[in-house]
Amino acid sequence: MAIDCLVLGAGQEVGKSCVVVSINGKRIMFDCGMHMGYTDSRRYPDFSLISKTGDFDNALTCVIVTHFHLDHIGALPYFTEVCGYKGPIYMTYPTKALAPLMLEDYRKNMDRRGEGEQFTTEHIAECMKKVIPVDLKQTVQVDKDLQIRAYYAGHVIGAAMFYAKVGDAAMVYTGDYNMTPDRHLGAAQIDRLQLDLLITESTYATTIRDSRYGREREFLKAVHNCVAAGGKVLIPTFALGRAQELCILLEDYWERMNLKVPIYFSAGLTIQANMYYKMLINWTSQKIKETYATRNAFDFKNVRNFDRSLINAPGPCVLFATPGMIVGGFSLEVFMQWAPSENNLVTLPGYCVAGTIGHKLMSGKPTKIDLDKDTQIDVRCQIHQLSFSPHTDAKGIMDLVKFLSPKHAILVHGEKPKMATLKERIQSELGIQCYCPANNETVTIPSTHYVKADASDTFIRSCLNPNFKFSTCSSVDKSYLDSNGSKAVSRLSVSDDRVSEGILVVGKGKKAKVIHQDELLNTFGEKKHEIQFAYCFPMHMTRTENIPSASDLLCGLDNCTLISRLSTILSNELSEGNILDLGEQLQVESFRVSVCLSDSCPHRLSGSFQNNSESVFFCCCWAVADEKLAWKIISIMKGSTLQTT
Amino acid sequence: MKFTCLSKGGGFHFPPCHMLNVSGFRILLECPLDLSSLAIFSPVPVGLEAHEPLDSESVARKKQKIEKTLDANDLVRAEPWYKTVKNLHLWDPSFIDVVLISSPMGMLGLPFLTLSKDFSAKIYVTEATARIGQLMMEDLVSMHMELNQFYGPGDASFPQWMKWEDLEILPSELKKIALGKYCEELGAWMPLYSAVDVKDCMKKVQTLKYAEEACYNGTLIIRPFSSGLEIGTCNWTISGPKRNVAYISSSIFVSTHAMDFDFLGLRGNDLMIYSDFSSLDTTENMENDDTCFDPVTYTSSNVSDDVNNLEEIAASLLKDDESREEMEKLAFLCTCAFDSVKAGGSVLVPIDRLGIVLCLLEEMSLLLESSSLKVPIYIISSVAEELLAFTSIIPEWLCKHRQEKLFSGEPLFAHVKLIKEGKIHLFPSVHSIELLTNWQEPCIVFCPHWSLRLGPVVHLLRYWCPDPNSLLILESGVDANLALLPFKPMEMKVLQCSFLSGMSLQKVQPLLKTLQPKLLLFPKELRCKIQISGANTIFRYSENETLRIPTSKESTEIDIATDLASKFRWKPLKKETITRLDGELVMDQGKHRLLSGFRPADSKQQILLLHWGSPDLKGLLTELSKMGITGTIKKVSDEAEPENAAGIIDIVGPEKALIDVRETDTVIIAANDNLASHIFKAIDIVLDGI
Repeated sequence: MAIDCLVLGAGQEVGKSCVVVSINGKRIMFDCGMHMGYTDSRRYPDFSLISKTGDFDNALTCVIVTHFHLDHIGALPYFTEVCGYKGPIYMTYPTKALAPLMLEDYRKNMDRRGEGEQFTTEHIAECMKKVIPVDLKQTVQVDKDLQIRAYYAGHVIGAAMFYAKVGDAAMVYTGDYNMTPDRHLGAAQIDRLQLDLLITESTYATTIRDSRYGREREFLKAVHNCVAAGGKVLIPTFALGRAQELCILLEDYWERMNLKVPIYFSAGLTIQANMYYKMLINWTSQKIKETYATRNAFDFKNVRNFDRSLINAPGPCVLFATPGMIVGGFSLEVFMQWAPSENNLVTLPGYCVAGTIGHKLMSGKPTKIDLDKDTQIDVRCQIHQLSFSPHTDAKGIMDLVKFLSPKHAILVHGEKPKMATLKERIQSELGIQCYCPANNETVTIPSTHYVKADASDTFIRSCLNPNFKFSTCSSVDKSYLDSNGSKAVSRLSVSDDRVSEGILVVGKGKKAKVIHQDELLNTFGEKKHEIQFAYCFPMHMTRTENIPSASDLLCGLDNCTLISRLSTILSNELSEGNILDLGEQLQVESFRVSVCLSDSCPHRLSGSFQNNSESVFFCCCWAVADEKLAWKIISIMKGSTLQTT
Repeated sequence: MKFTCLSKGGGFHFPPCHMLNVSGFRILLECPLDLSSLAIFSPVPVGLEAHEPLDSESVARKKQKIEKTLDANDLVRAEPWYKTVKNLHLWDPSFIDVVLISSPMGMLGLPFLTLSKDFSAKIYVTEATARIGQLMMEDLVSMHMELNQFYGPGDASFPQWMKWEDLEILPSELKKIALGKYCEELGAWMPLYSAVDVKDCMKKVQTLKYAEEACYNGTLIIRPFSSGLEIGTCNWTISGPKRNVAYISSSIFVSTHAMDFDFLGLRGNDLMIYSDFSSLDTTENMENDDTCFDPVTYTSSNVSDDVNNLEEIAASLLKDDESREEMEKLAFLCTCAFDSVKAGGSVLVPIDRLGIVLCLLEEMSLLLESSSLKVPIYIISSVAEELLAFTSIIPEWLCKHRQEKLFSGEPLFAHVKLIKEGKIHLFPSVHSIELLTNWQEPCIVFCPHWSLRLGPVVHLLRYWCPDPNSLLILESGVDANLALLPFKPMEMKVLQCSFLSGMSLQKVQPLLKTLQPKLLLFPKELRCKIQISGANTIFRYSENETLRIPTSKESTEIDIATDLASKFRWKPLKKETITRLDGELVMDQGKHRLLSGFRPADSKQQILLLHWGSPDLKGLLTELSKMGITGTIKKVSDEAEPENAAGIIDIVGPEKALIDVRETDTVIIAANDNLASHIFKAIDIVLDGI
């Protein structure tokens, strides 16, 4: 059995996330995104690789979309309405609610850019009708064999990591996630799962970030300074997510500092989006969630709708405009107007896709930007780069991979050189096989498979009773090998033989059966044959007092004295085993020893010993399991002398 | 598996309660309160009436047990106690491992359980039920406060009314409520918990989403599936290594507000516990109980039921007029209310069913809006504001058409808008200043509590009961005669309405056909009302009777990892092959799994050999000589069969040793560990062993 993982997008790049995974006969498409940096066919994943005939309904079991960002959902209406996929699509409630807003906003901008429509408003509506919403942790039975489950991912509202399980094989696709809570969302959360494969994003494969509060302060200071000087602040964002997060931040600050400068949202977005956020408040962080009964945190007081006529109105203001990264549309329109004034401020998110104006602004300090052949924009305004991001950093990725400990990991959604570094770390530090395939490459990994067997009650019951054995053993601790050289560590080892008492029986045409070893012979009508070891030998003895003869001495009561003497000797010399003094007999595990008075003991090897009064015979027997222990005891006994009074 | 029905409950507000034993774990299903028994108490008395002593004559009359019609003076004038499930206190709470709560009503008794000292069970509740249940308990505590303040701090340990002399003189009707039919229920009464107790209780609750898997002790997988009765209510599946159980509480296939009954989620379970007693209350009014429904033969062996057929049945279960009927009922209530307010009377709606209230609010305001009548709607409850705010943020728990509202960006329920527009007013209590300044009559008031003994309803009912134009809308299931006793004489109109509280019996058959359980636990009380025939085994249960259900699976399934299995060394034995197991047995998600363990290499040497048969002495000598050990057969005890019988082998080289071979055991006598282990190896080769 194997899992095939075809990366259609976001392979060694950021944009158009799309991975098709074949797992035990089921084929799942995770995300269906578009690339913001391209306007040609490279904008969408190459769907022809899924099915040459275009029969996607039979080629795919389902489509799962992790969150509403365009690089994860942008190609979905195209895939369903133009390519004709009609199968089930799963996403969380907020994603289903908010995705149409994102798509519609994008469609309009695409229109405005003159790229021609790839899909229409009706396409979006039709596409969303096919979507089955899921709740977090809800275990959805897609069909008889495929089970999927969403886990909280932070990042944006409704973002989820998806777990998929077919038979014994299981995997997680993370989508984008954040391992630290932000202003309005909690941190990603997932159960400890048994996974064959983890596909994780790696946007910040090498970055380690410190606390976000300092960075937030920087942002607020930059905004405050700008509006205090009468400047205008442009925050190009996508309609949802970052906008609400920053807005909560600004609202809070406005209230604390008693600022009256208007905060605008570009047309149409705010009121509707916030309506959604209010209903979906259960998907935000605990702190925000608790506000629902008193005043919903998404009831913004200072936020107003923006009108195009306000672009050149005098006075300071803060404007959230779409789309983000200034790829075009309204944010570009405003940017062209506001960029030439050094009073104004443009705030950019932590990450901009290559090829966008946002990316150009971030790389170096350009004074002029060529929009196209004829248009050039003077850039004199201040640029502030938001250094907090809704993506996890390298530490977060490592933490997640370590926590889940999958058998294999695949990195997507990142930059090639950084991904290579992270891949090395995952393989060397965590010992997990890791891959970072390029677009349109397929990675094949083996998957878990279990053999089913029926276990007998006796076996199960014997397994329920702990049967630990403790022993100290010295071994070389490998983790010290490189730094301190080899170092022998003595440690307590615990063994438990419950499982090895089980016997697996396989017959032709019958289901495999596990039985306890005690049941085996009965089942097959065989008789048990026990093999034991025995040895009877003399032990040296000295006496402090003169007592006539050994036979006088060795009366019944004195046997016990001898045994208890022997017990003392053994407990001094023997490091392992539990010594039981049973009066006439001494027992260590299966090893038993007693004083032997019979001259014709069958366990005595005749002729090898001379019977004298200075020694006393001990008869020992033991089972094969304690072979080593037994010989150790015998050698101790042979080497010591019993003192009697 | 064992199953005991502790109580069959009584109606929507008092769900049934059971105790279940699965895989050695004790599971309590529901922990409700019987709030209908509050009827024996007098509501907060008014003025002097409270101090009026019982005249000697009436006492004497009562002592002589002269039955007369009940009047308000017969009610118990004391701080009310609350009646828990009568048989639950016979069980030691510390032995309960898991508590499953299906509805907010099934939760009201939970603080009593969590209060007990050694209680340590895991409590599973859906997120929405937990929130609504908590609000209901908080509301109960705050309503009780009023009575508490009236009577002052009394003797909490044993109130006067529970003394035998006082109980003796109670009219038989009240006595039956207080003591039960066989006078065994007095122990079920408890003084109410406090707000702190509720908080502590909620801390012990683990909340779940619909279809979320909770794994108890690695062994049981517990999952809630929506039941459609109310927001957040659920049915449960419990999967253990030997048994899969589906527990069906009162369920509604198509709901007007809550997520529909997810019966498909309950498929694949071999045992079904049917615990929807709602038809017991409704069918009583049916013409004739003897006409049983047509017995539909259903055989669980008939798996050949093609998928289409199953889908058809499933579709027919969902295709329903019940929810339409329900909406018609609500519309009728609204017109009655409308007629009342038009005539200048007010309407009092003490209904504590969240979904019904939400739908009534929508219907009522639609009706009012279409007319020119400006009548305010008041909701008076200490938790109204929070409850209504909560219902507007839980799209995941609502029915499909409410969810559509989320996707189109509209509020889930109309009350969000109506509150904003000032058409609905929320007040925490009857004496809040906002209420006094806003009050306007006629009006429509929604307030707790349906028992008519607690909360704002008591005051409003006293106020309106002489007004013939006013209307009181009651749920059916409430004993109206007893409930209205303290408010008599009543001029006010009373409308009693039954609401859908579970599935109808006609749907049980098709449901069974869809779910195909091998075993069915069905209430005895419903027996004559329905005939379930077919090959499936049916156990009828009745209150306080423990049923033992035989195990269906002989053995437990165990999963062995293939990488481990490939390392096994196989050995033929008769017609089969056997191997000793290795690795680590783990219990994960209710499954036994054998995985390759991380055992240190040296402990692997432990030999746990099992031998059978008896060794062939000559063969043994040959094996020994291969190892360079020489010896002779010294003594054969059985002359007749020298080949295979017992004897002693005398080893002479390299050292002296003896092998004493007998029928079922062999003793190796050697003075040297090396020699001994070689001899052992030789015997191991000649013998069969593993």
